[in-house]
Amino acid sequence: MPDTDHISVAIIGSGGAGALTAGNLLLEAASLAGWYGLLTRTIGPQIRGGEAAALVRLAKRPVNCLADRFDLIIGIDWLNANRFGGEIEVGPQSLVIGDPSGGDLPAVMAGARPRTVEVPIKDLAKAIPEGRPNMIALGLAAGLLGLDENVLSAVIDKRLADKGRKAIDAGNAAVKAGIAAASHLDLGLRLARPQPSSARRWLVSGNETTGLGAIRGGIRFAAAYPITPASEILEWLAPSLARVGGVLFQAEDELAAINMIIGASYGGTPALTATSGPGLSLMTEALGLATAAEIPVVVVDVMRAGPSTGIPTKSEQADLNIAVYGLHGDAPHLVLAPQSVSDCLFTTQWAVYLAEALQAPAVVLSDQFIGQAVVAIERPADLAFIGRRSIATPAAGTYKRYALAGGGVSPMAIPGTCGGQYTADGLTHNERGTPTSNENDHKVQLDKRRTKLEQFGYGDHWATVEGDGELAVITWGSVTGAAREAIDHLRGSGVEIRLIAPRLLLPVQPERFKAALDGVRRILVVEQSHGGQFYRYLRAHYDLAADVRLLNRPGPLPIRPSEIEQAIALWRS
Amino acid sequence: MSNVETQRICKPGDYRSDVKPIWCPGCGDYHVLLSFTRAFAELALLPEETVVVSGIGCSSRIPAYTSCYGFHGVHGRSLAVATGLKVARPDLTVVVASGDGDGYSIGGNHFIQACRRNVDLTYVVMDNRVYGMTKGQPSPTTEPDFDTALTPGGTGLSPFHPLVIALASGANFVARAFSGEPNETANILVEAIRHPGFSFVEVLSPCVTFRPDEREWKNQVHPAPVGATSDPAKAARRLMTDDGFNIGILYRGERRPYQAQIGPKSVDLSELEKDFTL
Amino acid sequence: MSKARPVVRNVVDLLTLAYRIETDAVERYRLLADQMESHNNPDLVKVFRDLTRAEQIHADEIRRLAGDIDLTRRSDALGSVWQKDESPEEVDLAAAHYLMTPWHALQLALAGEKRALAFFTSIVETAKDAKVKEMAAELVEEEAEHVNLVYRLLRKYPKPADSWSQDGDPPVAQD
Repeated sequence: MPDTDHISVAIIGSGGAGALTAGNLLLEAASLAGWYGLLTRTIGPQIRGGEAAALVRLAKRPVNCLADRFDLIIGIDWLNANRFGGEIEVGPQSLVIGDPSGGDLPAVMAGARPRTVEVPIKDLAKAIPEGRPNMIALGLAAGLLGLDENVLSAVIDKRLADKGRKAIDAGNAAVKAGIAAASHLDLGLRLARPQPSSARRWLVSGNETTGLGAIRGGIRFAAAYPITPASEILEWLAPSLARVGGVLFQAEDELAAINMIIGASYGGTPALTATSGPGLSLMTEALGLATAAEIPVVVVDVMRAGPSTGIPTKSEQADLNIAVYGLHGDAPHLVLAPQSVSDCLFTTQWAVYLAEALQAPAVVLSDQFIGQAVVAIERPADLAFIGRRSIATPAAGTYKRYALAGGGVSPMAIPGTCGGQYTADGLTHNERGTPTSNENDHKVQLDKRRTKLEQFGYGDHWATVEGDGELAVITWGSVTGAAREAIDHLRGSGVEIRLIAPRLLLPVQPERFKAALDGVRRILVVEQSHGGQFYRYLRAHYDLAADVRLLNRPGPLPIRPSEIEQAIALWRS
Repeated sequence: MSNVETQRICKPGDYRSDVKPIWCPGCGDYHVLLSFTRAFAELALLPEETVVVSGIGCSSRIPAYTSCYGFHGVHGRSLAVATGLKVARPDLTVVVASGDGDGYSIGGNHFIQACRRNVDLTYVVMDNRVYGMTKGQPSPTTEPDFDTALTPGGTGLSPFHPLVIALASGANFVARAFSGEPNETANILVEAIRHPGFSFVEVLSPCVTFRPDEREWKNQVHPAPVGATSDPAKAARRLMTDDGFNIGILYRGERRPYQAQIGPKSVDLSELEKDFTL
Repeated sequence: MSKARPVVRNVVDLLTLAYRIETDAVERYRLLADQMESHNNPDLVKVFRDLTRAEQIHADEIRRLAGDIDLTRRSDALGSVWQKDESPEEVDLAAAHYLMTPWHALQLALAGEKRALAFFTSIVETAKDAKVKEMAAELVEEEAEHVNLVYRLLRKYPKPADSWSQDGDPPVAQD
């Protein structure tokens, strides 16, 4: 049986079948056994009982995107699974296991003519007291992948602990039955074992790493208004902040949330909130206030498909415009974008660091794909970026909050500091902070706020720049993972492609960008936006001295590595 | 607008669309939808002259489930949309649907102002004391000790009292209903829609998924011991001393509903530039 | 607006009411079947569609008893009939659950049929008109048969284990 570097499994079921939980357990077991992986999910519109599919990719190296095709599909039932048709690609080599009583295989899948096999999943579950069909499915997957029963047992013991001994025993028995049923089947593939490594591993979602990055960067106050798909950041921060001496506060709406964190930050506590597109729209006025009054705050936007209410449960990269251009007036600020689940930790931490150092608001553009994906990765390295604000300890009567010091960052007096009293203001002000309509003061302060951002040394973190070659793929955010995989695959056949993925979107870095593009003659911009927002941003701010093509698509389907490969191949031919 | 001239007999089923609700089976909102359709039928409203306006949340999904005109807007702003609509089109019957999160949290300010303005609207809030759609955070009417992921141990805050706020802000009709009594709720809705000015109906509507404890509500609700009063202070006192489960019409005010000063065109457009002409 | 309990002056009134009760039940079961369909519970879709059909047959029976009288038109003209409670055979929507089992559905149906039986029994006891009494008694027999039918169906379905409402997955956020 040939070894493969990665295998993709989809577990589909509805009406309480527990497909999503089975997927989670599968990923966890596989990671305990030493593999890496990524899990996302797709669901119907119901809050409970809806059709659901867990999409699991297991690999011998860390992965940041879904593969082009699924190798194994286990259908506990196919009820309303037509909904997922386009997302779960199968091919003639794929193995589809279905319950004979589960309805018809979705037409889209059947059309690809996969190998199909019937296993009476529901009956096997019924034969076990308290047996559940999702655990049979888990056993089937485990058996076909060669996962050790002990590893599965360990995961089941842990995850079903709160349901009691009976549930654990039933779970283990069902998994055993599933493994037994799999012994008659042949997946035709075997997942290559990863190099043994003593590195510590994590099983974590992007929303969780975002929260951790925030706390590591120094955030100790968060205001929260729940919104899909950002709520998990806030739900993770609530107890976590409390444990490190911080606090999370539920706000009445996003207008309150942004103003609350501005207040906390004015008082000296690094502060953050997390939201999605509709919430960020509400926050734009106050982001302008934070910019004008030079108060650091961090706003994480976990992007979802828009416009307006859009598709709350699906990813898209179409909030770039509002993050970059959405503030009224000339209001330079920071915009960053993580590129993977692991990168959420670094990028959020860095955003806090930059916001505090530069006394400016930072918008972190994560997205639903990264935010809600669960990955098995190596523990990311610890980083030294901890927010350090320039604090003023002035002598009485002399303090100028917005003084023109070198570099544009003026020390901030924290309330409680004698002699440092000033009034923070959204009104245009002079160096003292007194409101003014004077043309010189206005220009001076606009210059100050722009200069402080432009003169800062951001270092190499501003972007991922990899590879060589005269064709460059330029992308950002979650698409970076798919682009990198496409490029790696092409490198395997001797083709060199460059990858440029900015992590710092604002302020723009024209010199570094120029250096990264040295020798490039063709540029393929790839993004998940119907209007090509990133393409237009690049055209507006950078010299793209090359032929430029755009591969873009709105959500909800993620851009796959093969699509990027095809676009490159088409161009090179 | 009545149907008497058209002799059209309206059955509740006429006000249902064929869109299947995503609400969890057991959700109180299914009963509220029935109450809407029964009330509309009783009033013989024309579906084409009735608009259901909503915000974001489980209860706000209701417009698409009716055969009337509908507006599913953004979070918390349904009253603002409805106000604009009704003032521009006073001939329409406008019913606003919301939940305790959408209506009392992000929508709080618009709620107060709508009561003050007293535009002829009927505001129905399906209160389940939780944010259902985003998986169970506390709402302004949730008890202080309700433990959630976002607020471990509970918020520690006193719940909002929407009926009293409505009275204090000038609402012209205030009632409390229970989804588990859909006919009684329909009766209340009929009265609310008939009553001129801003009518506010709080419907206790259990969330079967995040608040299974609310199954107890059917044993806790009871008719209000005394009929509606037209004295807001009396009504407020009664409300502030009740157990939160008095069902019925609690207040009927006599404020004149908001009248927009939209008169007919009185001058020719060319008259308007006379001010500038030298 | 509180209407008094529906007035039954004669046999036509009684049959109209009985027809209305059955057609309300048809609608209620149809609503529940739709809920179960959109929440992927095919076993319950079948049970509720079967109950829908059964109630339709009952409704047709009553129409047959009424002969030439247009019960549909009279039933529609009744408007809102019940003061506080729902129609006797309208099973409680709040008792539905996306994971409910046939046993649960039949328990609800049983309660509905018993309520209808009690309603017609009360008419037998309180009616002044002999013909109304007689027809009500016939309807009592009908409902008794329905009750027995549901009891027989229940024998096919054991009471589900306590874990019937356990879902392998947590709820998901949609908006």
